[in-house]
Amino acid sequence: MLTEEFKSALTRSFPSVTIDEKGQYPVLRIDFTYGHDLLDFLKKETVPHFQKLECISGVDWIDHLEVVYHLDSPDINETIVVKVIITNRESPVTYSVTDLWKGAELLECEVYDFFGVRFLNHPYLRRLFLTEDWVGFPLRKDYVDEINMIKL
Amino acid sequence: MPELETITETGEYILNVGPQHPATHGVMHLRIKLDGEIIESIEPVLGYIHRSIEKMSESLTYRQLIQMTSRMDYLSAHINNTGVALTIERALQVEVPQRALVVRTILAELTRLASHQLWWAATGLDLGAVTPFFLGFRDREVITTIFEEVCGSRLTMNYIVPGGLMEDIPNGFAERVNKFLIDFEHHLPEYDQLLSDNEIFLARNVGIGILSKEEALSFGCSGPMARASGLSCDVRKWHPYDLYSSLEFNEVLLTQGDCYARYKVRIREMYQSIRIIKQLINQIPEGEYQAKVKKIIKLPEGEYYERVETARGEFGVYIISDGKSSNPYRIKYRSPGFSNLASLSALATGGNIGDLVAIMASIDLVIPDIDR
Repeated sequence: MLTEEFKSALTRSFPSVTIDEKGQYPVLRIDFTYGHDLLDFLKKETVPHFQKLECISGVDWIDHLEVVYHLDSPDINETIVVKVIITNRESPVTYSVTDLWKGAELLECEVYDFFGVRFLNHPYLRRLFLTEDWVGFPLRKDYVDEINMIKL
Repeated sequence: MPELETITETGEYILNVGPQHPATHGVMHLRIKLDGEIIESIEPVLGYIHRSIEKMSESLTYRQLIQMTSRMDYLSAHINNTGVALTIERALQVEVPQRALVVRTILAELTRLASHQLWWAATGLDLGAVTPFFLGFRDREVITTIFEEVCGSRLTMNYIVPGGLMEDIPNGFAERVNKFLIDFEHHLPEYDQLLSDNEIFLARNVGIGILSKEEALSFGCSGPMARASGLSCDVRKWHPYDLYSSLEFNEVLLTQGDCYARYKVRIREMYQSIRIIKQLINQIPEGEYQAKVKKIIKLPEGEYYERVETARGEFGVYIISDGKSSNPYRIKYRSPGFSNLASLSALATGGNIGDLVAIMASIDLVIPDIDR
């Protein structure tokens, strides 16, 4: 669980962040413009540091897209979830965290491939699993493919 | 795809390894830029066997989608199944019977042994030693036969369901496992005799493909790969599940971070797995093998993230449920192979092309785990 000290440090630096502690892990929600800065802050400045990036997942909530970062702190063995919210579905962008974690490079390519979120400052953003000429982003909820998709 | 020519303007040679290549252990494609024999960069080209398990799972019920995970890292099928079952159980707050937990832990460790044996066999073969391949499969065959007796399947088990086990274990399970352990403990020193101290093997592994602890953390490496670099990350210790919190075993840590350290970690892990199984196999309690869970499972609204330690590292399951339907709204798997693969370019760049096979063997990639 998060301490009051931690939460006040967080809201002082990022007034727009919302903290949700009802679920399994604490969840921080923030607009994409501050996403990179918040992750940078959590990795380097806060006590404890959240140095380990577990995974990056994309989620399509129909009215907006979300990029979810699971961070781990080996110091206190706690997990925190950061959700970066992107409201522009037509050309979604957010900032890449490849400068913070090298492993983010392939993870971000995967999110781009399936959700179409472009990561700014990414060294080589590309279709990772699908071919370069693939139309659409398959893991979005509105994706339709009459031929290849089997509906159960 | 950029640079389709084999020779670039500046004179580097582009070499394609795979998708059909015995050393990639599956359908993976590497585009390697070479300057003479020195690797300048490596780009993995993925997706040849991508089945989009995550998308498929969105239209499957929880009891159905658990079976998909056997097809990801097929050498850790039991452990993958446990990962999803664990997420569902913790979300529903189901208490799993003791008998099921004991059997699950034994099967998970047998899976780890079988996986490490296959890795050992294939590592030998990759580096030109054919005998290990036969010896590794000799022992693995016994474990897969035990699995077949337990659940009728040798590779894609689907034996672990939310709430416990699908069926009770067969009679004579403990005797068979005990007999295997006695045999295998005699065989394990042979592994060392054959390969571990072999001069050619040492020359090809010691000091090759060094990964520092900082890099291992930065790349999100896990499993034997990270532990060979001194990064403590064993999920069984950090986030205990099943019975691991009450068992005695050590997390194997080495600090050299080269191919040989990764080899050593896996060999030593096999001894720890034997140790775990021995603590449980003669004390399988009587009782129920499955808790009562509804046929159609609906998770409460919210999100759940759980992790387990497969033979390759940390396997995470992230489920988002809308609380209304019997399918997940979104499911995401954090597969260990994908993060370990990310470190490949750092390991091999600047090295010799001949070392690439040794490095790939030491990462222990399973391609369906990467191409989910």
